[in-house]
Amino acid sequence: MAITEARKSGSERGSTARYEDVACPFCGLLCDDLKIERKGDQLKVLNTDCVRAVSGFERNLPASSPMVRGKKVGLDEAVEAAAALVRKSKLPLYGGLTTDVEGMRAVMQLADRTGGVVDHVLSEVQYRNLKVLQTNGWITSTLTEVRNRADLIIMVGGDVQKFNPRFYERVVSPPDSMFDLKPVRRTVVFLGKAPDLSLLKGPRVGEIVVLDCDLPRLPELLSALRARLRGAKVHELDIPGITLADVEALAERCKAAKYGVFAWAPPGLDVPHADIIVQQVAEITKDLTAITRFAGLPLGGNEGVVTGAAVCTWLSGSPPRVSFASGQPDYDPYLYSISRMLASGEGDLLIWLASFTPDLLPPKTKLPIILLGTPAVKPAQTPEVFIPVGTPGVDHRGLLVRCDSVVSLPLKDLGRAELPVAADVLASIESAL
Amino acid sequence: MLTKLTGGKVYDPAHKVSGEIRDIYVRDGKIVPPEPNARADQTYDVKGKIVMAGAIDPHTHIGGGKVTIARMMLTEDHYGTEVPRTELTRSGSGDAVPSTLLAGYRYAEMGYTAGFEPAMLPANARQAHMELADTPMLDKGAFAMLGSDDFFLRQLAAKQEFERIKDYVAWTMHAAQAIAVKVVNPGGISDFKFNQRKLDLDEEHIYYHITPRDIIVTLARALQELGVVHPLHVHGCNLGVPGNVETTLATIRAAEGLPLHLTHIQFHSYGTEGDRHFSSGAPRIHELLNKNPNISIDVGQVMFGQTCTASGDSMRQFAISKNASPKKSVIMDIECDAGCGVVPMRYRDKSYVNALQWCIGLETFLLMEDPWRIFLTTDHPNGAPFYTYPHLIRLLMDKGFRDDMLQKINPDAAAMSIVGSLTREYSLDEIAIMTRAGPARSLGLKNIGHLGTGACADITVYRDNANRETMFATPELVFKNGELVVRDGKVIKVVNGATHVARPAYDKSIETSLKHYFEDYHTMRMGNFAVSDDEIENNGKGALIVEPGRARAS
Repeated sequence: MAITEARKSGSERGSTARYEDVACPFCGLLCDDLKIERKGDQLKVLNTDCVRAVSGFERNLPASSPMVRGKKVGLDEAVEAAAALVRKSKLPLYGGLTTDVEGMRAVMQLADRTGGVVDHVLSEVQYRNLKVLQTNGWITSTLTEVRNRADLIIMVGGDVQKFNPRFYERVVSPPDSMFDLKPVRRTVVFLGKAPDLSLLKGPRVGEIVVLDCDLPRLPELLSALRARLRGAKVHELDIPGITLADVEALAERCKAAKYGVFAWAPPGLDVPHADIIVQQVAEITKDLTAITRFAGLPLGGNEGVVTGAAVCTWLSGSPPRVSFASGQPDYDPYLYSISRMLASGEGDLLIWLASFTPDLLPPKTKLPIILLGTPAVKPAQTPEVFIPVGTPGVDHRGLLVRCDSVVSLPLKDLGRAELPVAADVLASIESAL
Repeated sequence: MLTKLTGGKVYDPAHKVSGEIRDIYVRDGKIVPPEPNARADQTYDVKGKIVMAGAIDPHTHIGGGKVTIARMMLTEDHYGTEVPRTELTRSGSGDAVPSTLLAGYRYAEMGYTAGFEPAMLPANARQAHMELADTPMLDKGAFAMLGSDDFFLRQLAAKQEFERIKDYVAWTMHAAQAIAVKVVNPGGISDFKFNQRKLDLDEEHIYYHITPRDIIVTLARALQELGVVHPLHVHGCNLGVPGNVETTLATIRAAEGLPLHLTHIQFHSYGTEGDRHFSSGAPRIHELLNKNPNISIDVGQVMFGQTCTASGDSMRQFAISKNASPKKSVIMDIECDAGCGVVPMRYRDKSYVNALQWCIGLETFLLMEDPWRIFLTTDHPNGAPFYTYPHLIRLLMDKGFRDDMLQKINPDAAAMSIVGSLTREYSLDEIAIMTRAGPARSLGLKNIGHLGTGACADITVYRDNANRETMFATPELVFKNGELVVRDGKVIKVVNGATHVARPAYDKSIETSLKHYFEDYHTMRMGNFAVSDDEIENNGKGALIVEPGRARAS
């Protein structure tokens, strides 16, 4: 789909155009209410000052060309050079993988064919959720459901606005609700660090409660809450800034809620063993659902990490950290971490795909690198092969799955730059093998 | 190019052909009238073999968010079940919830050439179609879930003009690229979000004050008047609850002659008799079914072993999550649209309840007089994975085998069931009806499920074998659109099937209120909610087949 469309609108590139209802690929919320204007190869976001949207869409693209060992070459030559490396490789590592559905499909096909390992650059963060899903499961909700229904929203960890800048605007504080919630104003609780509270305004935001503590203390705080909710006695709590009475009050709020939600962004839980936090949240949610309704809301989901997990799962049976080296999908969330493999000298070729932000660079390695990246990407070492690729939803059409794993959005071609589509490049490499 | 299959025993119930020796002619992927004098480019001698159209699974959960959640959660299903890649086929893993590629290959290797995902949430339609697109070998389609979505419930509660409700149903079918509409625990998925745990047919939804009966009758009538061929596909209230036979009987009566399809009826056929207060309601249901030709069913047969239940019925799935095996589950409230619940399950033949569920499914098959109104399903993967179908067919066709199996199950369950006393053995003709002609007619699939002139040449050739399990497990030849794709139960060519949709007419002005609804309450715009044709066609990787419907009536 993508390449034909890119070619079709390619003739119109450079002209002026205006787009409505544009979905933004630069965070897991995939807000699709953007208005964007294009003048030449410059895009301007007209109706939000979301830092991720603005920096993503309005980024200046440097001139770029396919390169082999730092020398400019034609696309065909670069593809041929990449294919030669892949052909020679005994254990290619497919990493980065910040791409859309079509890109991920192409990666999976090539990895299966070449006996490679598939791992997303944000897998480690995403496993804070996946470990819980795979051991206990959970009860979750989605953005629209929470927007309309929640009367108590408990934010766990910090920095949601950093990863999903419009979350408060789009989900917590919009004025309209489908149901006559009583009270009309919802309570928002922060466990860990509170954001700049001026983000929380609007007629729907009621009481704001902050239980300020260091993130590594969250498992204790949540255990105490769970114990209280289960009716167990908690005699002592040794978390600076938080008293037992705070926990007691929170437990009462939870029990009184009609539809309570725990929301967290996995990258905002940047502490060792953060899956314990998610696990506590999941178990509290289950306990509370015995008496009222509660649900979790996983946020984050940036850089196509949810999409990558979904596509890898439906095509292989398991989420990333799959190796096809034995000819079949071996799933191991520890063994097939590409950063672990690189550190221990495994693998002989790194194929890195970075099509959204230029910040997620290939890790330092002695292995040869094939880099498929947005032109703004500046790797620390010169890749053997560099092929600039378009950003889905900016330079070509695409599809992404949202942070809540349910909704997927079509991404528009905004005609910014005429760049190869990653899926097509990967398919060309495969045909050249 | 002309292909000829000569001398086979043909079962084509759509044309009342039952075991006649016939030659079949295929030109350019379609079945054509006999051309006895033309020189065939390829001839397959299938003398003594059984020839049927490719089989159709009208209810199989093979694509969409909940299946991928199940795959992701149930790592146990993906260790030890890996299948290596070959020169032709890609690798994959999974039994109960196989990867999409494996699902496609396995269906084809069993002689199936079409499968329909029955529980596509409109909010998740795009992903369902993406997964179906990655399911090779099969034609496919999906049923849009309605009945717990707030737009419809608001329409109904506000007593909106019926024509507007019809417009919304039709709009949803277009937007979700659906061929039919399913209702799951009518209103109950929404009611669960309001902390309700049960919603019986005439109980009021706590917020909207409408009943499942209102929802079923409204949707069934809407589909009939829209000219949609497949009747409302009903996953009723109280799934799995002992005593739900009363609900099912009441649902059949509630239809008042309107066509309804009651899906996985086995899970809705439970009485409360006996020491354990769990008994079969199948005989009572059949008495009523045999008198109500407006009702069709599929079974949702339980088979023993590990599987995973995956359903839109978040209310009932939450209730059974305590029985999860292994102990984990996912329950979701979704987008003011629907919900889902994924609960792994191990059915044990020595368990009274599981063994009786098995018996109830078999009673359902054996008591149904009209094979055109019953479809063979395990509600994959809810009752069992689809690859158990050949075993199930043997149970239906072979009384001796059935009795042997009956000896192995929990004896109290066997004693509670009439299965041992039922002597019926399904004929090949009846199997062909249940797995081909019946589903095709019910879903309104014009060119598949039969072998008449103009049909797609989806053809399965079996070696006749008294062991029907062996026979149906490994067909000798399977053709998809006239191409040989499976030989001796192994894929020899990988192809992609088309997506079947239905497109009832609607008044576009419904989009004005929908646009506002999305902008006021949703986190997605109406235009982005709808799945476009070119997303399905994806530059020739997929294809759309718009099935003809009847004219809209008002």
